Amino acid sequence: MTTPGDRKYSDEHEWALVEGNIATVGITQYATDSLGDVVYVDLPDTGATISQFDKFGEIESVKAVSDLFSPVGGTIVEVNTGVADMPEKVNQDPYTVGWLLKIELADPSQLDKLMDATAYDNLTAE
Amino acid sequence: MNVPIPGEIDRRLLNDRSVSGRIGVRMPDLDVPEQPLPDSGLLRSVPAHLPEVSQPEVVRYFTTLSRMNFSIDTNFYPLGSCTMKYNPKINEEMAFLPGMGGIHPHQPDETVQGALQLIWELQSDLGEITGLPGVCLAPLAGAQGEYTGLMVARAYFADRGETARTVALIPDSAHGTNPASAAMAGLDVITVPSDSDGNVNVEALRGLVDERTCVFMLTIPSTLGLFEPNILEITSVVHEAGGLVYADGANLNALLGIVKIGDLGFDIAHSNLHKTFSTPHGGGGPGAGPVLVSEELRRFLPTPVVERTGDDYRLVAPPDTIGRVNGFHGSFGVLVRAYTYIRAVGVEGMREIAENAIINANYIRSALSGEFGIAVDRICMHECVLSPQAQKAKGVSALDISKRLIDYGIHPPTMYFPLIIPEALMVEPTETESKDTLDRFIAVMRQINREIEEDPDLLHDAPHDTPNTRLDEAGAARNPYLHWRPEQNSQAAD
Repeated sequence: MTTPGDRKYSDEHEWALVEGNIATVGITQYATDSLGDVVYVDLPDTGATISQFDKFGEIESVKAVSDLFSPVGGTIVEVNTGVADMPEKVNQDPYTVGWLLKIELADPSQLDKLMDATAYDNLTAE
Repeated sequence: MNVPIPGEIDRRLLNDRSVSGRIGVRMPDLDVPEQPLPDSGLLRSVPAHLPEVSQPEVVRYFTTLSRMNFSIDTNFYPLGSCTMKYNPKINEEMAFLPGMGGIHPHQPDETVQGALQLIWELQSDLGEITGLPGVCLAPLAGAQGEYTGLMVARAYFADRGETARTVALIPDSAHGTNPASAAMAGLDVITVPSDSDGNVNVEALRGLVDERTCVFMLTIPSTLGLFEPNILEITSVVHEAGGLVYADGANLNALLGIVKIGDLGFDIAHSNLHKTFSTPHGGGGPGAGPVLVSEELRRFLPTPVVERTGDDYRLVAPPDTIGRVNGFHGSFGVLVRAYTYIRAVGVEGMREIAENAIINANYIRSALSGEFGIAVDRICMHECVLSPQAQKAKGVSALDISKRLIDYGIHPPTMYFPLIIPEALMVEPTETESKDTLDRFIAVMRQINREIEEDPDLLHDAPHDTPNTRLDEAGAARNPYLHWRPEQNSQAAD
């Protein structure tokens, strides 16, 4: 799968897709390939605030448990409860049905600290 | 009844074989005075629904299950980090002696002097082997040993008034139990990176230690099966910052008789008796994770420990004990087996265990490094970590290789650990395997490598020749089915 060019990426393998002042956040295909089958996703409650690059949850696969780090800071306005019930959605497509959070951006300039798709592909090709 | 299929195993659970009124044991007529039952508040109102089956049915059921089992008594079992060595049968014989297997932990000390002497001698032996003289055998597993050791560290700093020491520094290659135990003990975990040779990055460690450092936890040999060349520097860096150094002794097998953990500057350690000292384990069976500490920390050990005065052995509480870590004195049966092993092997044999474990692992490493890639290709200790990334690029994962090994009657190595190694396959042959067995394993791995070229689907679907073929591990985790429920009989049979 090609890395979507419409969003930004962190070196912890999360993506942020910004529409207005809301960022949708998820993990990348590279991350799901590394994790294998996801069996459990632990996400925060809506209303919580989070700083950029802070831990916001955990994702467990048949191989390991990994921390999730938010590529942007702000207030969590929506949580994908669908993935909590059906974690396989993250494997199906981490860029669409497998999204995790929607965050109201605290500071849009934080996006400058993230990579575009080309830079992210270079990172994961190493 | 379903149409029988040749070779099919009867997979019905015992509950599903139950026939109302069938019995396994006929009780003799009552020849003692009848006793009243406790009052009705303590009695069941509905029966327990125990399976009603005959004795031969029970025997066949469990014998069939045991034949489906994969164990060190049936197959080569190179499960890295788990040290699945052969467990000599004399260990079992000793553990089942009436004076060992038939005693009760509530018996007065004077009636179990032999058992207490055994505990005391094992404490002394482990203190001698590790160079850490304070020993408590109570922890029931490696992870509980870690937790206990960390609580001892906390008690030590609380005693000194250094309550700000709340950070556990842990390498990124550590066993997952290390950060988990530290978190359980109320410590904040900070990860220490490895360098490109798989060693602790000492410069990074130097930048992380400070007045908040409680303990640095290091696995030796490392989880990559490697000798850590900078241990003395590491222990002194941590000590200079006022912290303690903890040795995860899961891999102690590789050090026996060669080096003492205490001599390297470690203050606290645990040893997994069930690995290093040949007692049965795996499948969640009983373990023993004694905690070993320096003289200075001894007074904080959990209770009880055994003390000797002349020929008298007593269970006592150390003066500033952290308290109990479980109900009794540890996995006593495991302690008897470990004690027997140490006595049977002797002082000279200890070193040979480590030497042969190291030679065996290096034999496999040098034979397979060409085909499979080695994570950090240098002389290893008791285990080597393959990293079959070239095979992964061809669409065959470490998981597929592991499953295919089962078809050849070999237990898979530990997979996907350490986490820092892509497609990790951690192979620990142990010292109890012959060169013939190692040669066969190497031949099988090469055969599998040819299969990857010729017929990769053979690996994707493996194993083929086992009672259960490729299991849906994700499905099992997502939709666990954990206990028998009458209404789900049909599902259970699926």
